[in-house]
Amino acid sequence: MQEQATIHVYESEHEATSTGLPNTKLAMWLFLASDVLLFGALITSYVVYRGRSVIGPYPNDVFDIPFTSVSSFVLLASSLTMVLALASVQRGDLPRMRLWLLATAMLGLAFVGGQVYEFTTFYEEGLSLTTNVFGTTFYVLTGFHGTHVAIGILMLLSLFSLSFGGRVTQRNAMTVEIVGLYWHFVDIVWIVIFTVVYLIPTGP
Amino acid sequence: MASVTVPADGRAGGLLRRPTATAGFWSWITTVDHKKIGILYGVTAFAFFIVGGVEALLIRVQLAQPDQALLSPSVYNEIFTMHGITMVFLVVMPLSAAFVNYLVPLMIGARDVAFPRLNALSYWLFLFAGVFIYSSWFLGGAPNGGWFGYAPNAVLDPTRGMTFYAIGLLMAGVASTVSAINIAVTILNMRAPGMTLFRMPVFVWMSLVVQFLLAFSLPIITIALFQLLFDKRFGTHFFDSVAGADPVLWQHLFWLFGHPEVYILILPAMGIVSEILPTFARKPLFGYQFVVFSGIAIGFIGFGVWVHHMYAVGLGPIANTAFGISTIIIAVPTGVKIFNWLGTMWKGDLTFPTPMLFAVGFVAMFVIGGLSGVTHSVVPADYQQTDTYYIVAHFHYVLFGGAIFGLFGGLYYWWPKVFGRKLNEGLGKVHFWLMLIGFNLTFGPMHVLGLQGMPRRIQTYPEELGLTFWNLVSTVGAFIIALAVLLFLINVAVTQRKPKAMEADPWDARTLEWLTTSPPPEHNFDEIPTVHALDEAWHRKYVETAPGRVVPVPAGGSGAAAGGSQGHGVHLPSPSYYPVVVSLGVLLLAYGVVFSWWLAAAGAVVMLAGLYAWVLEPSVE
Amino acid sequence: MRTRTRLILGLMALAAFATACAPNAQQDSLNPQGPYAEKIYDLFVPVFWIAVGVFVVVEGLLVFISLRYRRRKERAAEIPPQIHGNNRLEIGWTILPALILAGVAVPTVTTIFDLAAEPQGDVLEVNVLAHQWWWEFDYPQEGVNTANELHIPTGRPVLLTLCAVGLGYGDQPTPSECQPGPPDGAVPAAVGDGVIHSFWVPELAGTQDVVPGQANTLTLQADAPGRYSGQCKEFCGLSHAYMKFAVVAHTPEDYEAWVRGQQADAVMPEPGSLAATGKDVFLGQCIACHAVQGLEDANGNPVAANGGPNLTHFASRECFAGCWLQNDDAQELAAWLDNPAAVKQGSWMPDYGLSPEEIDALVAYLQGLT
Repeated sequence: MQEQATIHVYESEHEATSTGLPNTKLAMWLFLASDVLLFGALITSYVVYRGRSVIGPYPNDVFDIPFTSVSSFVLLASSLTMVLALASVQRGDLPRMRLWLLATAMLGLAFVGGQVYEFTTFYEEGLSLTTNVFGTTFYVLTGFHGTHVAIGILMLLSLFSLSFGGRVTQRNAMTVEIVGLYWHFVDIVWIVIFTVVYLIPTGP
Repeated sequence: MASVTVPADGRAGGLLRRPTATAGFWSWITTVDHKKIGILYGVTAFAFFIVGGVEALLIRVQLAQPDQALLSPSVYNEIFTMHGITMVFLVVMPLSAAFVNYLVPLMIGARDVAFPRLNALSYWLFLFAGVFIYSSWFLGGAPNGGWFGYAPNAVLDPTRGMTFYAIGLLMAGVASTVSAINIAVTILNMRAPGMTLFRMPVFVWMSLVVQFLLAFSLPIITIALFQLLFDKRFGTHFFDSVAGADPVLWQHLFWLFGHPEVYILILPAMGIVSEILPTFARKPLFGYQFVVFSGIAIGFIGFGVWVHHMYAVGLGPIANTAFGISTIIIAVPTGVKIFNWLGTMWKGDLTFPTPMLFAVGFVAMFVIGGLSGVTHSVVPADYQQTDTYYIVAHFHYVLFGGAIFGLFGGLYYWWPKVFGRKLNEGLGKVHFWLMLIGFNLTFGPMHVLGLQGMPRRIQTYPEELGLTFWNLVSTVGAFIIALAVLLFLINVAVTQRKPKAMEADPWDARTLEWLTTSPPPEHNFDEIPTVHALDEAWHRKYVETAPGRVVPVPAGGSGAAAGGSQGHGVHLPSPSYYPVVVSLGVLLLAYGVVFSWWLAAAGAVVMLAGLYAWVLEPSVE
Repeated sequence: MRTRTRLILGLMALAAFATACAPNAQQDSLNPQGPYAEKIYDLFVPVFWIAVGVFVVVEGLLVFISLRYRRRKERAAEIPPQIHGNNRLEIGWTILPALILAGVAVPTVTTIFDLAAEPQGDVLEVNVLAHQWWWEFDYPQEGVNTANELHIPTGRPVLLTLCAVGLGYGDQPTPSECQPGPPDGAVPAAVGDGVIHSFWVPELAGTQDVVPGQANTLTLQADAPGRYSGQCKEFCGLSHAYMKFAVVAHTPEDYEAWVRGQQADAVMPEPGSLAATGKDVFLGQCIACHAVQGLEDANGNPVAANGGPNLTHFASRECFAGCWLQNDDAQELAAWLDNPAAVKQGSWMPDYGLSPEEIDALVAYLQGLT
């Protein structure tokens, strides 16, 4: 086996730690815990303002539950492909990892595309960011989530391209695991949003 | 499979070559060394302290007499707003961060924090956030809606000030959130062998609690600030009652952050006091576990009291009762700390150099602030007290008499470690007494002013209200404080001229940072110490002969891990340009959001490019 | 060394007590003049003294310990006993404060509910509308609308409904109860519902915030006739400091007389007098915002309010412009009419560029509106 000095993408990943958890993984968990409160505040704002819009359109006027269910499923599926990507890199199968990373990114893009289509339709039906309280809270909540997804897609595609330079290997599979943690979190948040915003019935 | 081989010295090509300076101006710009970053935080925070102090003096001059118009209402509103923003976000938080950054790795026996470049990023983002907010004076008006920025006033104000407020605080918030994760990982993961959680110094414990408070409270205000920004910039309806929304939502979100924030402001100073008192009593901290647990309890309960800032909003008697009770409850762990500090001094061998004066001053002043806080928790009494100078008195007693006194104590205590010289004792003592007298003259009378009818945030008051005398006294006190601070600056100037000639442990202290040289070498310790007990450094100097009785270890005993050698074989993280680059990108983005979307896009590009370069640049070794 | 601190603190406490007895504080929460303020005072005072007691004990201990255990000679040879703690003490000083606080909590909670309860008896209902930067008082049953001075009878609870309003809603007459938004068809004013204010007259009651979109209530009652000073306590923008008001308590008979006086139409000036000229000036611009009951505009329509204070009985009040200026001071009134924003920064009342003669006439007219 050739001796090669592989560049570590993340620092201090192999050192012993007091808790046993690597630094970067612990950092990601803490960040995600912090992000829970971010979405908590957004979702709370939405819930507190539910039913308080003075003028329409109202949620039942615009929501297309079947459509959003499909795009939710797409996002859910991307978590599966993410798991497969991680499993691949952990066993050293880089081509498979790239395949599943790309698949995850594509599914994520499909989800975002679905959101774009959905919001454009809402807009044409008269619901903008400034129309009423519903528009305000809805777009900002889903917009923050969509931004998180977009950042995730960027990270996935970065991993994908960096792997061609030998910077993502079995040795630093944890990098993929950490991005995976983030991706699953974004997925779980969507489940909560979908349930609270779309599925729970509201008034007119 | 292609792979990239890289020469061992880390140069992977011109663009990504890491800087190498270890001294001089550029070494400060590209440093990732927690000690240098700590000093940067400290100097910057102190500069903002002077600015915030000038703002306070302006307020006091305007209020010294009734019916004055030295400062018009619009200017006055900007000044008291900026005073609050400065002192909370640009002084106490970063000054605490200075101590946390410098000391925590040393106290846990580590060589640096978990993510050194991220550490630098936090500093630069903070600096640029402060610059951004202050630049608003020249770019359309400073924030003028109070540091608390209540909607709808903050939304409806026609100037740009509150837009700068929202964006500036978002920047500072990101800096602190990133730092919180960094420090938390450092404390949890990078302790020296043998240092269990319950062998950590109290300062480290308080720092750990603070990082969790930051990580969980900042996201909430982040959302509130975005909502405010969107309402102002895009016409959304988050706080628009005409559209059916509720202005009080802002208050809930703000105070859900704002209350944990006050514990963020005070716990580091409490940690400092918990280190100083044992040293100058020559006894360990009384009730270590109880002090630690009370800090954790305060952290938790601190998330459950926020409505006590809103008793008069009209949430109803049930809500007011529930939060009145939770606020009363939080007084208990606070009291536990105070009693344990008294217990530390009890039967000690007390000396009172300047650090000890400030530590004892902290206890004395914090008790007053805490007691007035208890009177606020009596909800109906608060219906009279809220929004008056009685509240101003309370929080200045805990934040100035508490946090600032504690932080000054820390400055005097650790100055020899950081800079290799002790601050002048004579000047220090005068500084302390002047500051104590000035402080009490300034804020003591405010209790009376508040109870006798002076609301907050008023640019002036009529003669008939009978508030003149104590306002004048308060103003005189403020100038005495200013004199005291000036004395401190003179002390610093005089001290820094002296040569560096300080032993490792000038105070005969207890914690690991005193095992290494003053100042420490870049790699902190030649050999990472192994920890066998709480107050490890003390136990290396003194051995127990009978329960509670110690004698010095005979000469030549297990001594300090002095940093005499050059630290062979220790690899430290290299400096990096990219924390500054990324921060500059964020700054451009910030201005862009106010002025021009093209500028914002440019800023985003710089930020992203900087992030990618950061990820790709070669690491050490 | 330590005695100096003690001395300072002691002097401060003395001074505080001395001032608490000072007679000239007009908004003194320590001088309750009605049952609601008294309930608060009766709760605060014992708690204050408990706090003082704790202060004396704790600070006293601190001073004592500092003096008793300070090093008297050169560095002691022996290091003091390394006491790590005492569990019994810890339990003790956790439980004892908790008990004291529990004792404080009980009357606290009962008083919260007491103050929040709906008032019983012969309750007078008044709507308080907080504008930037003045107070409107609307008596729905009596059909009275006035500004800056809240007149009440002694001995009766007064239930205030607090609403925040902006400039008004276009064609809509001043609302008599809070509305979350303008009614259909009305044009929302530029500042919609306005900002948060806070109604505070400390000698009669604690504060209650005035929040847009919410109708908060506050009950107060005055024991004796008198003029009680109050002001807005919640930062509300440029002229927050200038948003004062007065509660004027009358005996019941005097109060009835006041109501009758307020219900009457406005005094008409003598034809040909300076005040009559002033009336014409008034009909020129002022009726865009100010109501004067009994006055008709050029089209025969009654002059109804649209964002400004009702001026029907302007001269019956002592203060105007957020109770900052004196009605009977012609100079202050003239300065205000000449350039309101110069007197009160941010004032929504425009500067109509009136000539000195027009202003003099207006002053004469306004000062005749008893």
